[in-house]
Amino acid sequence: MLAYAGRILRVDLSSGKTETKPLTEEIAKQYIGGIGLGIRLLIDNSKPGTDPFSPDNPLIFVTGPLSGTMGPTAGNGYAVVSKSPATMGIAESKAHGFFGPELKRAGYDAVIFTGKSEKLVYAWIDDDSVHLLDAQHLKGKSPYETDVAIREELGDHYIRVSAIGEAGEKLVRFACIINDEFRAIGRTGLGAVMGSKNLKAVAVRGTKDVNVADLDGFKEFIKMIHERMKGPATRKYRTLGTPENVLVLNALAALPTRNFTQATFEGAEKVSGEYLNEHFVKKIIGCATCAMRCDHVAVVPEGPYKGSTTRMEFECLWALGPSCGVDRLDAIIEAMRLSNYYGMDGISAGVTIGFAMDLYENGILTKENTDNLDLRFGNHEALIEMVKKIGTRGDWLGDVLAEGTKRAAEKIGKGAEKFACHIKGLELPGYDIRGLKTAALGFAVSFRGACHLRSGAYSPDVKGKVDRFAIEKGRGKIVMENEDVYNAIDSLILCKFSRGTYYDGLDDMAKYYSLATGIEMTPEELRKAGERINNLARLFNVREGVGTRKFDTLPVKIMTVPIPDEGVAKGAMVNKKEFDLGLDDYYSVRGWTKEGIPTIEKLEELELGDFGHIVQKSEEK
Amino acid sequence: MAKLHEKKFVSADPEKCIGCSICEYACSMVKEKTFNPTKARIRAIRLGPLVNLAVACRLCEDPSCVAACPRDALAQEENTGIIAVEDEKCNGCGWCIEACDYGAIMLHPEHKVVYVCDTCKELGEPQCVEWCPEEALDFVTADVLAQKARRSAVEKLFQEGVEKASASK
Repeated sequence: MLAYAGRILRVDLSSGKTETKPLTEEIAKQYIGGIGLGIRLLIDNSKPGTDPFSPDNPLIFVTGPLSGTMGPTAGNGYAVVSKSPATMGIAESKAHGFFGPELKRAGYDAVIFTGKSEKLVYAWIDDDSVHLLDAQHLKGKSPYETDVAIREELGDHYIRVSAIGEAGEKLVRFACIINDEFRAIGRTGLGAVMGSKNLKAVAVRGTKDVNVADLDGFKEFIKMIHERMKGPATRKYRTLGTPENVLVLNALAALPTRNFTQATFEGAEKVSGEYLNEHFVKKIIGCATCAMRCDHVAVVPEGPYKGSTTRMEFECLWALGPSCGVDRLDAIIEAMRLSNYYGMDGISAGVTIGFAMDLYENGILTKENTDNLDLRFGNHEALIEMVKKIGTRGDWLGDVLAEGTKRAAEKIGKGAEKFACHIKGLELPGYDIRGLKTAALGFAVSFRGACHLRSGAYSPDVKGKVDRFAIEKGRGKIVMENEDVYNAIDSLILCKFSRGTYYDGLDDMAKYYSLATGIEMTPEELRKAGERINNLARLFNVREGVGTRKFDTLPVKIMTVPIPDEGVAKGAMVNKKEFDLGLDDYYSVRGWTKEGIPTIEKLEELELGDFGHIVQKSEEK
Repeated sequence: MAKLHEKKFVSADPEKCIGCSICEYACSMVKEKTFNPTKARIRAIRLGPLVNLAVACRLCEDPSCVAACPRDALAQEENTGIIAVEDEKCNGCGWCIEACDYGAIMLHPEHKVVYVCDTCKELGEPQCVEWCPEEALDFVTADVLAQKARRSAVEKLFQEGVEKASASK
């Protein structure tokens, strides 16, 4: 079992005690690494019904089998897994950069943090030596300030740091964890879980070798992927970057605007990838060992936000821009910079602010609630102000919105839930799923809530491979197959921007895995691992009481407010009948019951028989 | 080839280098048969998103590392300019490391003797240059670097001249 470190570290933040345990080859092969291994460790190390902010909720950092090798993208990632304070189900997220390989080189496939430190601390993992160091002087600092300060005080520039900001410390339910300045464990509120443990950062220096089983074969394979990365499969990411989506989706009337009020944005040109690159992008950089480079570093050259610098991607640009009706890229860049500064998921932050603007426009929130802030759509100054208020839980409204749209709507009342655009408590990303209905189904059944990256089910819609305005039989299969591949990708921790370079899909990925680890893996075994991981994640959600049919829903707006814009998508929305058909279809191909619960037969087929009790318990209820 | 083209070393173009560290991995793969940047002869450094550079031995004339070694463990090869380390003589004292202005000579974490880029001379071409996806690394002589700088300065000068001329029209 090469490439793996073969060790799992456990750190009890309450007592300060640490121990390491071996990673067995059986578990490694069944769950790969990344989110797969993370989800398995989560279900094994937590009790049902644990509050996400309880010391008993483990926070698990996991590397991939290829982390630390020269393998492009798979060599540089890590994942974090826990129970989500946003969805109360699976929390998982991945980030690339330089942190993951460092953790592998320190000799760990995973680090399980349990308990809660009495005071704010950071974990200093220096190969085999693990210490909890005082972090009270870092309180309130941004992730990047924390990164710089830790490297300075420990005296090594090459220490890699993954840290939370003020939002994480203050338990903003969509707080993130950031490494390498712009790279985020972004979604599902993992930064808040870290904050609840009084863990400010994880700092790592690893100096051990990472060896692969077949060095010559591996070298040849990565040379091929490197060459493909210079070709058409990654063109988008290397040139305009994901903000290219702005005009593509706008042309399809699938660019949600003003909190899903419209599906086209009159300011789209001004916030397009084309405009961004021409006026703001200063340099495009990349992660360790990646031949693609996609980090579009944007700098505001003039005006009120002059000098503001951040990495810019489509989803956050959309959430902080069109979703709030804001058509100024300089303000969007500043809002993004601030989201990173406080350490919050830019998608959820933007969607939550757009939601508040929608409430304001509809008279549900008034100036009395907004501390006199004119929270109209398009007010860029109000956008910036709200990012600050949420990031610091600044005033009543900031504090309420820091709970995310679902809980904020409950607190605000007055019908606010009709405006809340989330699934299972996680805010929607930038696709108007009223007219992208494979994506609508994919988002609804995703185990981490509204997410475009659990199945990529928007792709057949956008590419015109299916009738995007209908859910028909067969969509369940599309969603399932994509999910299983994406689970394999997220367990190998391949960057999804590179997915097109694996021309032969699972065949290529299985080969990549085997060359590195020496563990024979067939494409079918890898697919099955993806299916196993999806089922185990679902089981976790079932165990936590959020994993059945009634939780696989769509936001009220998606199912009741038709797209008003003139053109191709006019009148589109998802109706209950087609949605039910979609769920039935999906559960049926998954081998789940009509209630969306995995059957015992399915679990046994996937070597998950030991978890049958979860299903039985759920049926007894 | 003219004599001034004999001493070729690995140089990174600051405009192109993005600090991805593939060069480090390629180096450890070729030289050490493992993946470990702490065993690489070239090192990338990122001071911020816009400030990245990889650094390797520049084959200085009258190299200070050689002069600093109290045990005569280091010598510069006459034609290639490569710094040769006699492992038996080196005791890892680190005077050469301190003497090098570029951080290009390092103590090997396992062998406990210093090591430095040898431009992969046994393979003919530095492998980091082969692997760099940005084509940011060059295997060049000081003279070619000067030529490049000169050309770009003159191009800039004339471009400004042309712009000024067209602006005054």
